[in-house]
Amino acid sequence: MSDPIIQMKDIQKHFGRVIALAGVSVDVHAGECHCLLGDNGAGKSTFIKTMSGVHKPTSGEIIFEGKPMDFADPRDAMEAGIATVHQHLAMIPLMSVSRNFFMGNEPVKKIMGLPFFDHEKANTTTMEAMKKMGINLRGPDQAVGTLSGGERQTVAISRAVHFGAKVLILDEPTSALGVRQTSNVLATIDKVRKQGVAVVFITHNVRHALAVGDRFTVLNRGKTLGTAGKGEITPEELQDMMAGGQEMAQLEGSLGGTV
Amino acid sequence: MADTAQNDAASTDERVKEISPLRKALIRPELGGIVGTVAVFTFFLLFAFDSGMFNSQGVINWSTVSAQFMIIAVGACLLMIAGEFDLSVGSMIGFAGMMIAIFAVTYSWPVWIAILVTFALCIAVGALNGIIVVRTGLPSFIVTLAFLFILRGFTIFLPQVIERKTIIGGVREAAEGDWLAPLFGSKVFQGVFTWMGENGWIATFTRGNRAGEPIVDGIPVLIIWAIGLVIFGHVLLTKTRFGNWIYASGGDADAARNSGVPVNRVKILMFMFTAFCATVFATCQVMEFGSAGADRGLLKEFEAIIAVVIGGALLTGGYGSVIGAALGALIFGVVQQGLFFAGVESSLFRVFLGVILLAAVILNTYIRRIITGER
Repeated sequence: MSDPIIQMKDIQKHFGRVIALAGVSVDVHAGECHCLLGDNGAGKSTFIKTMSGVHKPTSGEIIFEGKPMDFADPRDAMEAGIATVHQHLAMIPLMSVSRNFFMGNEPVKKIMGLPFFDHEKANTTTMEAMKKMGINLRGPDQAVGTLSGGERQTVAISRAVHFGAKVLILDEPTSALGVRQTSNVLATIDKVRKQGVAVVFITHNVRHALAVGDRFTVLNRGKTLGTAGKGEITPEELQDMMAGGQEMAQLEGSLGGTV
Repeated sequence: MADTAQNDAASTDERVKEISPLRKALIRPELGGIVGTVAVFTFFLLFAFDSGMFNSQGVINWSTVSAQFMIIAVGACLLMIAGEFDLSVGSMIGFAGMMIAIFAVTYSWPVWIAILVTFALCIAVGALNGIIVVRTGLPSFIVTLAFLFILRGFTIFLPQVIERKTIIGGVREAAEGDWLAPLFGSKVFQGVFTWMGENGWIATFTRGNRAGEPIVDGIPVLIIWAIGLVIFGHVLLTKTRFGNWIYASGGDADAARNSGVPVNRVKILMFMFTAFCATVFATCQVMEFGSAGADRGLLKEFEAIIAVVIGGALLTGGYGSVIGAALGALIFGVVQQGLFFAGVESSLFRVFLGVILLAAVILNTYIRRIITGER
């Protein structure tokens, strides 16, 4: 396999006396979906915030496209091609899909030397991008507020890809969705991966991870418990690692193995 | 599993009903304004047609009043869509007028300098409003409420200290021969009106030394300002990328920031534009009356906001229309003057305002639910 597009080497992050990350190493290749699993408080959020330039690591190294990177802020990372789609989306419900899609990156055409918003281009591009992702819009002027949660995620993902994301970080995109919407989002992840984008998929749902993941890294209490490839690990093992083994086994017993 | 989901999503979702054209028309922010305008004109055409409201003087009369409302409504509209209010508009009008009078009359500056300095001063106050709101994160309601009092206080204090009175006159005399003043206080298309008078299309004086001249001898330049500002505001909002930023800043400031929209800059600029509109209003008024009074512009901030809300903008920001706000201003002007023509007690105008404001807000809330699919 080629060199990874982004490498996080022994990342440590301390907040005062709290050690949020105690040496985490993860690498992601272009065109793969790397799942980052962990229970609440395992350090997933801190880790991806370090990756996307929100936090500076206390120690450790980020190598992006073969060069060590030092992002000043998230915009820096975004410009380099690292995009994050947050759980709470950067979407405005009252605005149309195409206005949302191009928010902050509006296409412009000159009329008599004055720059005007090129609605035609925005509309056709949006419709095309949505169709590619399998979402049929009523029209580009449809308000985002009328879309379902899964569709909104898809709009956000395809927007990130359209504007040149090389590494796409998805922060629990499926956690608030129903079954069908979840499968739509997973299908979207699959399409994005096939376009050669490196996807970092954060979740605490093992089944969602196994459905699309190529490799899996489990975080627990600020540490990695290793990375496994597809087929090298069972869902039960992943679940155990996330929860910290012992206690979970007891819990599972009392719940009849349904978790 | 993923494949079937894909196919399902690609076909039309059977759970989403097709939207009827009527419902689609309902989702226009201008709807309230259009309905109101039609209703108001129908009403007055039926009940006050013979009152002189629809002859040349009558039309100019309510057009001028509507244009005044429009000028401040455009500023308030863009600012409201950007997610903020400006309650200091009325005080700003009084303050701007007073500054022009003090500079031009008391200090005998050339009127064009007085006007330009006043514009700079007022826009700077608008910027200050914006900067405080953006930096402190306080609601603009409170910040501009403070400026409502601060500016009004200065407007009463300064002329008393300087001239020992609260009305400063003599601006028209000072503006004689000035090159900039006519831009705010003259009439245009006078030739057209003379021509229409000669052809007997509009009323002319029948006696006196102006016999034969049309009673209405031109369109006040104020109306041109109003139309110009409405067109500018509408194009800016709907046809430019800055317009998209205005919507985004008011829709969800955090989401907009995450997408790289310079939200703070947008908001501050909109405060400045609102101040600009208020100063245009004030300058036209001072040129028309020839004087500045300390009580000018009282309650104008609320009238502007009401016009904007009638025009379909949401008080919470992110949604609205300049054309709608202009129609709201038109409804305002027509009703205020129409009641006068119809001989109705003018205090009832306020009752009307309250009722239509309530109706507009209820309609807007309903429309918002349709758009965002809330139930």
